[in-house]
Amino acid sequence: MRRTPSSQRVARKLEMLDKLREAISSTTASLKKRLEDIIVYKDVTEADLEEPLQDLVFSLAEADVAFEVAEKIAGSIKGSLIGSRIRRGEDLGKVVREALYKSLLEVLSRPGRIDLASMALNRCGSSRPLVVVFFGVNGVGKTTTIAKVAYMLKEVGAKPVLAAADTFRAGAQEQLKKHAERLGLPFIGGSYGRDPASVALDAINYASSRGLCSVLVDTAGRMHIDSDLMDELRKIVRVSRPDLKLLVVDALTGNDAVEQAVRFNEAIGIDGVIVTKVDADVKGGTVISVTAAIGKPVIYLGVGQSYSDLEAFDPQKFLSRIL
Amino acid sequence: MLEGVRRAVAEFLRGGGTYQRAVESFTRELQRELIRADVNVRLVLEFTRRVKERALKEEPPPGAGRREWFIKIVYEEMVKLFGGESEPQVDPPRTPWVVMFVGIQGTGKTTTAGKLALYYSRKGYSVGLVCADTYRPGAFEQLRTLAKQVGAMFYGEEEGRDPVGIASRGVKALVERGAQIVIVDTAGRHGYGREEALLREMEELASKIKPDEVALVIDASIGQKAYDLAARFKRAAPIGSIIVTKLDGTARGGGVLSAVAATGAVVKFVGTGEKLEELEVFRPKRFVARVLGMGDIESLVEKIRSLEEVSRLEKDMEDIVRGKMSLRLVYRQLMAMRKMGPLSKILQMLPGFGLVQELSQERVKLGEEKISRWLAIMNSMTYEELDNPEIIDRSRIKRIAQGAGVRVEEVRELLSYYKSMKSLMRRLRRDKRLLRRLGLEV
Repeated sequence: MRRTPSSQRVARKLEMLDKLREAISSTTASLKKRLEDIIVYKDVTEADLEEPLQDLVFSLAEADVAFEVAEKIAGSIKGSLIGSRIRRGEDLGKVVREALYKSLLEVLSRPGRIDLASMALNRCGSSRPLVVVFFGVNGVGKTTTIAKVAYMLKEVGAKPVLAAADTFRAGAQEQLKKHAERLGLPFIGGSYGRDPASVALDAINYASSRGLCSVLVDTAGRMHIDSDLMDELRKIVRVSRPDLKLLVVDALTGNDAVEQAVRFNEAIGIDGVIVTKVDADVKGGTVISVTAAIGKPVIYLGVGQSYSDLEAFDPQKFLSRIL
Repeated sequence: MLEGVRRAVAEFLRGGGTYQRAVESFTRELQRELIRADVNVRLVLEFTRRVKERALKEEPPPGAGRREWFIKIVYEEMVKLFGGESEPQVDPPRTPWVVMFVGIQGTGKTTTAGKLALYYSRKGYSVGLVCADTYRPGAFEQLRTLAKQVGAMFYGEEEGRDPVGIASRGVKALVERGAQIVIVDTAGRHGYGREEALLREMEELASKIKPDEVALVIDASIGQKAYDLAARFKRAAPIGSIIVTKLDGTARGGGVLSAVAATGAVVKFVGTGEKLEELEVFRPKRFVARVLGMGDIESLVEKIRSLEEVSRLEKDMEDIVRGKMSLRLVYRQLMAMRKMGPLSKILQMLPGFGLVQELSQERVKLGEEKISRWLAIMNSMTYEELDNPEIIDRSRIKRIAQGAGVRVEEVRELLSYYKSMKSLMRRLRRDKRLLRRLGLEV
């Protein structure tokens, strides 16, 4: 049996060889993997992000997102991307855009939703109608918006009363009255110079005594820094105790949109926002600015001059349009 | 000679960091500030490139901080966009003068029409208002009420449906009734999408009533869209002027700059409140300050300008020390003195002003009246005489005195002042010690 030790030796040698091969191959594998890692992936650094984020801020600003808001968004994207790994050769710009979409969807969805129509329907026949007061600076389209909301409520069967509590601007009473006539809806007005709060109260009483579902109150447009007039708005709120205080903002507004939203929100507390003139080929940054600034939902978009040109706001649809 | 001192002092005043880096960081800061003020982003990038170029090419005068100097450049470039520092011409060159208002919904066209009517009425013109807005409910009542409030004539057709017809009938009727200025208020429009037709209507309005002036009424809070909108409007009607509304809010008004850039129109008026009197003639300086977010930009610009004056003076001083003394120098300095007040005060800003003090003793004595007369005398001299006063003989003195309307003695006085200055200079130049003490190499 001289062969045994030798064959054992051979077997041992073979075993060793196998082990060696295995060891080598596992080392190469891990080496290869590490190499692959280095070649294929990379960590995202601050320096990588500087340029794409700078571009991002500019393009958000070009879309009328207020500059502060644009910088904040860029900052949050930076925070989420630094240290993450991306495939080499993958377009960092694309990664940034995806992060942007997520970040904007979060901003726009967080405040939740307001279903104005069903809120109003719930009040039909009750003793207290749904009271909605509209605010905003001059010329954003409050009166036109109220006419559109009134049309929508009438369509769903939650008939509203229109109250012209703008007793200041010449023609404001006539403007809302004509809308009411065209829509076949009751109108409560007041002579110029009359206390706006009492006009609102009249309309509420009118609606509750007839079992109508809702009251839409138009207020005079005013600059958000006019403290006397802001006091007047507070009084309307105190007297009419609205269920909803809606801010109307013009989509053409630039950085001032944030200022408007913040100041109205501080003075009277805003529940939701309607953005108008979205059909003026705007990129829609105003929507983002306002939501980011006060964390209140955008409910509708005004998209034209007819009564039906009021669109329920849908964050996903909105983002697919602007991005 | 003085160069070395000047550079060192300037370096010192500028603070740390290279000049180039300072320009870079200022440019970035300016971009943010302008975008925050709603100036069109593309316009901002182009504008800041121009400012940067200038800042790199030119140098701040001694005594001026970099920042202040940069802001002065920005100010000048921006004022240039508005067509200069002077206020716009608002009186109509002839009457009757027809102004047609155009603009987006809600900018405040109708209210502004009332304000402008009041403005011109108070200047003594008879004014008429035409309502050519057949879309917005209440537009007719609003303008009619405003016309009554400001005492202007009014034309409108309550149930009318044809703005072009109403406008031409209105202009004709009001001119016949003696209106010197007719303001045609049109419906608000943005002209995009389904409103394309409204833009064509505006075109038709402009070609039918042939207004003397088409005024774009623009909201101070408008954002990035201002440029494109104004450019589209301009293609439909010849925008000649711009009126800014709602400047009483918090908006900085950068969109107006975009509209100006897009149309090349002049801004004439700004609305500053809800009341009808609250309309002012546009003041470029003030507006630029607002866009830049700075309160008192004017005094800053003045300060830098006088420092620049000083650095010109400084160059003159060099010439004097070098012996290149002439009456032209005297002339320039007298002018500077007049503009800036007591020379001694200004000269103290110069590095090495000890030298200057000795010189200024002489000049400070000069009264304002004498300065005027001496300037007149020099105005009557030929260039040759100014450069080389030695050639002025008796007959030349007589001619100059006659030309300037002064006595012969006064011309002689100026010449002897010149001579004493020149000899003082010569003495100074010989006194190397003094110059060296001032850090000057001769």
